Amino acid sequence: MTQPDTLQVRINGEQRRVAAGSTIAQLVGEIGLDPSRVAVERNLEIVPRSTLASVAVADGDAFEIVHFVGGG
Amino acid sequence: MSDNWTVAGRSFTSRLIVGTGKYKDFAQNAAAVEASGAEIVTVAVRRVNISDPSQPVLMDYIDPKKITYLPNTAGCFTADEAIRTLRLAREAGGWDLVKLEVLGEARTLYPNMRETLRATEVLSNEGFLPMVYCTDDPIAAQQLEEAGAVAIMPLGAPIGSGLGLQNRVTIRLIVEGAKVPVLVDAGVGTPSDAAVAMELGCDGVLMNTAIAEAKDPVRMARAMKLAVEAGREGYLAGRMAKRMYADPSSPLAGLI
Repeated sequence: MTQPDTLQVRINGEQRRVAAGSTIAQLVGEIGLDPSRVAVERNLEIVPRSTLASVAVADGDAFEIVHFVGGG
Repeated sequence: MSDNWTVAGRSFTSRLIVGTGKYKDFAQNAAAVEASGAEIVTVAVRRVNISDPSQPVLMDYIDPKKITYLPNTAGCFTADEAIRTLRLAREAGGWDLVKLEVLGEARTLYPNMRETLRATEVLSNEGFLPMVYCTDDPIAAQQLEEAGAVAIMPLGAPIGSGLGLQNRVTIRLIVEGAKVPVLVDAGVGTPSDAAVAMELGCDGVLMNTAIAEAKDPVRMARAMKLAVEAGREGYLAGRMAKRMYADPSSPLAGLI
């Protein structure tokens, strides 16, 4: 059942529901992440950090949120 | 006397670049980086853990304001995967200097040069400054340079193998032919391996496993720092000529 006040999105392969009208910055903040330390891809397109607070989440969006980890 | 090296207009003093994988924990990793004297570390780009975002992260231990993070595309097997990864890395880090590696197969982690070349062209056109992991092939190195590689990074031996430089001749040919810095990337196992790379005239060495899998990683990091410095000094000093037979070091005149 789709509730009218929430949106279904996929974040890093996991299904999540977010409040309708959320921006991507709010989405990142709700997860508990520091937006200055991550990069966000929405439906295979990079979302520039400067626009995270102005882009609204749409129903069905697929997000990848990545950061730097140890590697060779 | 300063002996800096420059890649894409940025100067560094240390010629040792170290990876940040395979360490016991972040504290050991940070201590090894400190001991190595490295000013650049490679890092990977991976999904954040959205279930537990409070876990410690690399940036808490190694400050990207003090140490240059060089995002790497380890684990990418196609140009498209590598390009996508580096676009995200640029957004996460805010810088264009990146390390490109496009792998050919899991068993050897040998580079796929066709995909590597294609990715280099695309990244260069998008304003990236790619340092490129490649085969120890002087012609491939030239082609990468023409495509926009800001550094050529031939393997000394397969990634993580610790076998040391398998082909000094081709590494030297790449050094002689390149107008951009050449750094041996992968295959170094011991300090003497790192010194060999530097004695051949390479501008630097990149390693991860040789330090991380040493019994005492912090001590090995220091050993690698000294080896890279020794190899560089030896290269600049200019080695003696080789000769077939003995040549006594003491004068023959005045023998009793």
